[in-house]
Amino acid sequence: MEETLKIVVLVKHVPDAQFDRHINGPGNTTDRAESILSELDEYALEAALQLAEERGGPKAGNEVIALTMGPASAVNAVKKSLQIGASSGVHLSDDALAGSDAAATSLALAAAVRHLSADGRPVDLVLTGMASTDGETSLVPAQLAERLSYPQLTFASSLEVSGSTVVGRRDAGSFSETVEAQLPAVVSVTDQINEPRYPNFKGILAAKKKKIATLTLADVGLDPSQVGHSGSWTVVESADPRPPRTAGTIITDEGDAGIKLVDFLAAQKLL
Amino acid sequence: MANALVFIDTPGAVLKKSSLELLTIARSLGETAVAVAGELSDDVAKQLGAYGASTVYLPSGGDLGEYLVGPKAAYLAAATTASGATAVLLDNSPEGKEIAGRLSIKLNAGVITDVVGVEADGTAHKSVLAGSYTTTAKATTPVAILSVKANNVEPEPAAVAVSPGTATIEVPADSLDGAARITARTEKPVSGRPDLSEARIVVAGGRGVDGDFGPVEELADALGAAVGASRAATDAGWIGHDAQVGQTGVTVSPQLYISAGISGAIQQKAGMQTAKVIVAINKDPESPVFEIADYGIIGDLFDVLPQATAEIKKRKG
Ligand SMILES: Cc1cc2nc3c(=O)[nH]c(=O)nc-3n(C[C@H](O)[C@H](O)[C@H](O)COP(=O)(O)OP(=O)(O)OC[C@H]3O[C@@H](n4cnc5c(N)ncnc54)[C@H](O)[C@@H]3O)c2cc1C
Ligand SMILES: Nc1ncnc2c1ncn2[C@@H]1O[C@H](COP(=O)(O)O)[C@@H](O)[C@H]1O
Repeated sequence: MEETLKIVVLVKHVPDAQFDRHINGPGNTTDRAESILSELDEYALEAALQLAEERGGPKAGNEVIALTMGPASAVNAVKKSLQIGASSGVHLSDDALAGSDAAATSLALAAAVRHLSADGRPVDLVLTGMASTDGETSLVPAQLAERLSYPQLTFASSLEVSGSTVVGRRDAGSFSETVEAQLPAVVSVTDQINEPRYPNFKGILAAKKKKIATLTLADVGLDPSQVGHSGSWTVVESADPRPPRTAGTIITDEGDAGIKLVDFLAAQKLL
Repeated sequence: MANALVFIDTPGAVLKKSSLELLTIARSLGETAVAVAGELSDDVAKQLGAYGASTVYLPSGGDLGEYLVGPKAAYLAAATTASGATAVLLDNSPEGKEIAGRLSIKLNAGVITDVVGVEADGTAHKSVLAGSYTTTAKATTPVAILSVKANNVEPEPAAVAVSPGTATIEVPADSLDGAARITARTEKPVSGRPDLSEARIVVAGGRGVDGDFGPVEELADALGAAVGASRAATDAGWIGHDAQVGQTGVTVSPQLYISAGISGAIQQKAGMQTAKVIVAINKDPESPVFEIADYGIIGDLFDVLPQATAEIKKRKG
């Protein structure tokens, strides 16, 4: 059988897109009430669980560690990950982290990954979503890879690990690529890679016995000034709700809507 | 010394419209230089000059096209330092954003992604949370990195064309060791239609097309448009995943987006809400897509689209 893996999955707690989302926090930050585990991170967790299961699961010594950085409530993203099947959880939480941009977030997450490698068993793989559903920058995986000096295999729509080599497919506009890197690596996955599983009753019960470690900045060797607004390299100067699009014309087809549509396009000079 | 550096990964035989847009924005920030990762033809060098680029940087050593992200970022960092630029502009493709990410750590520079406009002082405009907010953001670092969405400025050549000088930049050798390698590449079949992310018009179909993209494609061809789709349609396998518009697909901001048989879920809106004009055709008057449509038709797409296609052909003669 393949060698066992120690995988860290980055899971973010994000405002649920099913509700109206607001930017009203200090420094134009997003309101984090009604938050959930980012749906796009469920694909990363599923990919990690599949890699671990192919190698005999936790019993054989595989570890799938769900890591989040965020305020107290963010622990819910870790709890959900444990219910789905992660073996343990880590919550990096510190008041000074509030308002961190992608650069500061990647600094804190890199420090946490190093901390998790310091127990004698280095991390083999960091798996992430393709983007957070709130920030949506896709910067964190690349910045994290750079900070850790790891290769990055990002936007993977398939993933295999054999020995210390990770191989994935990446679809770019007009072509599809096979990309190969050596472990340890950062891999971000798309929503094409798998069908994430749901937590079942057994998983929900089992999660209650799993460990969640809470880490502070001091635990991972960072100073408060390196993160949050003071450690960020960008500022959001203003945030304005987009005025709702002015209600347009709505017609019901009475047999000539196709022609009316062309009249509309002609009037807008779009033909 | 340049003020702005534009990164154009593989310029190809002629520059894409999105590259011309980056050059136009760069010029508004001052003296412009360009860094390319692939080959530079004489024609492209001329085109860069017409858009005011004074210097073009080229990589020496190491075939950057064989690697993903890391070595390109290392090369671009060296080019940025050589150029003295305080703003680096890239396209907003997945790889463009990732090169921006790794570059930012090398240069201790703030990155702003998904930019739709840049002011002379470097303030960037963007649209966030699936288009529900517009924000202005700025890098607080000496160098700012901006990845810019296509279709938000009109490309405009410089008043006076220049003939750019070239300079080679050594690709840092250690950046190649241990980088992710591209071991195979397969081209996807070309459709002959405009590129989705850059198209002026997009006609998109969803679950409502029920397996038949024919009427969507025919209207697209009559309009010279690209074809898009919702995730429901791509997941069903009715059309390739590259056609997916939305949060996990392509983001488009065309002049015109025609949505047919798509309900308008938040993740679909995230990819098309910045279109100038939105037309929606849907059987269900309660569909959320009508909340964002400039022109909505409650009707069956199998009636409306073919009729519109025939009418356009008739008028165009
Ligand atoms: C993490 C995540 C990411 C996602 N990313 C994306 C994304 O990038 N892009 C995306 O599109 N979705 C995305 N989705 C899915 C999204 O939530 C919706 O499920 C999807 O957009 C629905 O597609 P649809 O509108 O085609 O289908 P439906 O919601 O089923 O709507 C079909 C519509 O067609 C209409 N219709 C049916 N027949 C006809 C007819 N003959 N004529 C006219 N109208 C007709 C119906 O009235 C209905 O409104 C994502 C979801 C998640 C959770
Ligand atoms: N605060 C965070 N905690 C844990 N993971 C994160 C955090 N922010 C970003 N990530 C990870 O990075 C990915 C890309 O996020 P982003 O760069 O914000 O688009 C997400 O899908 C997560 O896997």
